[in-house]
Amino acid sequence: MNHVAHAPKRGLRTAITLAGLACFAPVLHAAPTATVSKGDVAWMLTSTLLVLMMTVPGLALFYGGLVRAKNVLSVLMQVLTVFSLIVVLWMLYGYTFAFGTGNAFIGNASNLFLRGVTPSSLADTFTAGVKLPEYVFIVFQATFAGITGALIVGSFAERMKFSAVLLFSALWFTFAYIPIAHMVWGPGGFMLTRGALDFAGGTVVHINAGIAGLVGAYLLGPRIGIGSDSMRPHNLTHTMVGAALLWVGWFGFNAGSNLEANAGAALAFINTMIATAAAVLAWLAVERVIRGKPSMLGGASGAVAGLVAITPACGTVGPMGSIAIGAAASLACVWGVTGLKRLLGADDALDVFGVHGVGGIVGALLTGVFTAPVLGGTGAADFSIVHQVMIQALGVLVTLVWSGVVALVSYLIVKAVLGLRVEEEQEREGLDTTTHGETAYET
Amino acid sequence: MKLITSIIRPYKLDEVREALAQAGVSGLTVTEVRGFGRQKGHTELYRGAEYVVDFLPKIKVEAVVPDELLEAATEAIAGAARTGKVGDGKIFVSEVTQVIRIRTAEEGVDAL
Repeated sequence: MNHVAHAPKRGLRTAITLAGLACFAPVLHAAPTATVSKGDVAWMLTSTLLVLMMTVPGLALFYGGLVRAKNVLSVLMQVLTVFSLIVVLWMLYGYTFAFGTGNAFIGNASNLFLRGVTPSSLADTFTAGVKLPEYVFIVFQATFAGITGALIVGSFAERMKFSAVLLFSALWFTFAYIPIAHMVWGPGGFMLTRGALDFAGGTVVHINAGIAGLVGAYLLGPRIGIGSDSMRPHNLTHTMVGAALLWVGWFGFNAGSNLEANAGAALAFINTMIATAAAVLAWLAVERVIRGKPSMLGGASGAVAGLVAITPACGTVGPMGSIAIGAAASLACVWGVTGLKRLLGADDALDVFGVHGVGGIVGALLTGVFTAPVLGGTGAADFSIVHQVMIQALGVLVTLVWSGVVALVSYLIVKAVLGLRVEEEQEREGLDTTTHGETAYET
Repeated sequence: MKLITSIIRPYKLDEVREALAQAGVSGLTVTEVRGFGRQKGHTELYRGAEYVVDFLPKIKVEAVVPDELLEAATEAIAGAARTGKVGDGKIFVSEVTQVIRIRTAEEGVDAL
């Protein structure tokens, strides 16, 4: 997911030759002839589908089950619509400014409206000479941008104006997601060139969304009735189905980030399986000890926490490291949704920061630890844990600050232009009927 | 004529219905309700947010009977619904002024 070669609009043979020549490979003379493998393409298209499935229906149902029945449709709507909006914006200008060759912080406008990209254009993989059709890479990345935006809605669920959700999402996507994606994955990116490891988006997706959600929760204020009225999840079966779809889909998210269907994908795949399993067990164990009863919501939350944490690590750590990462993330996120949440004092309705923010931070830092070869990772022989963790921490910090500030400004702009919250009576009646004119369930 | 309103444990519905049928009462209206008396609720914990659930699910059974059947009917209900533990429920008896069968326009006891 690092560098992309842009082929001019001329024809397959020229494209392949030029792409092969343009490859910044360390090879001095004969650049390897560019090849496109049908297996890679099939896997990447499948991975893209899996990430779409993670968002709708996965995230939608996961979130939907957690809110009250009167708001379930509003959550489904926000996830669906934000995803759709961001995917369109991605095609218009997101891709070019994220993955174009600009500077350390932003790409360029060379592929604005995807001009210059044809079915025969090629994109790089991590292997010199092995390419993907550029459209495959573009659409795969589009789903990442989309799900990141959709994640944020969990923080301000049950009280935000629909128009405000859309405007905020567009602004934040433009000024936070795109630059951060470029810094971590784009050519010459600020974090990439410093050696930050983020295989599938711990910073770009999870910490990014987490902090944006937290800022939103602060600015919107708590839901009416929080602390006195019942805010119980109205359908934990939905939440479980959503969590399961997230787990299954996440293999596309993580193993697809390998860009090829080979051993690298297999490593990311196995790490995604085991970190999540370990995280589920860890969360349930903590619940059993602390509150006496392990809960289904705890199990599902543990799974998501593990998935978030293994996201940056999946391509470079070993399976045993994954167990540690999954378990550590669960422990941290249990605190994230209880003690830390009380400390922060914001009504982060669906714990976007508590799970995605905290889990992302833990995962990013532990990636610097467990990539070490002595701990089963794929790091070089001279891998320095201390050095790598410091770079990871820098990445975490940059993301938190950049995304947090952009989110703050975006919310304030939206507040001035549209207003953020719905009217009190609308919030009491529920967003489904007042914003969308629909009821999910007949009484 | 009397209206008998009974609040009973949900799983006791079949037994109560049987007992009422044997006592000669054949018409019933059943509603799912929530409520509490002396029986306490429980606490639920969702990701650190604690909820005390006071309202317990119960079944409300309504039957209108001729005065002669009142005692038999209430004894049938109480006998079938009783477990001896807190939460068995209550029976309320009230006066009914008029009953009309919609299909035939019969009134009074003929409509029961």
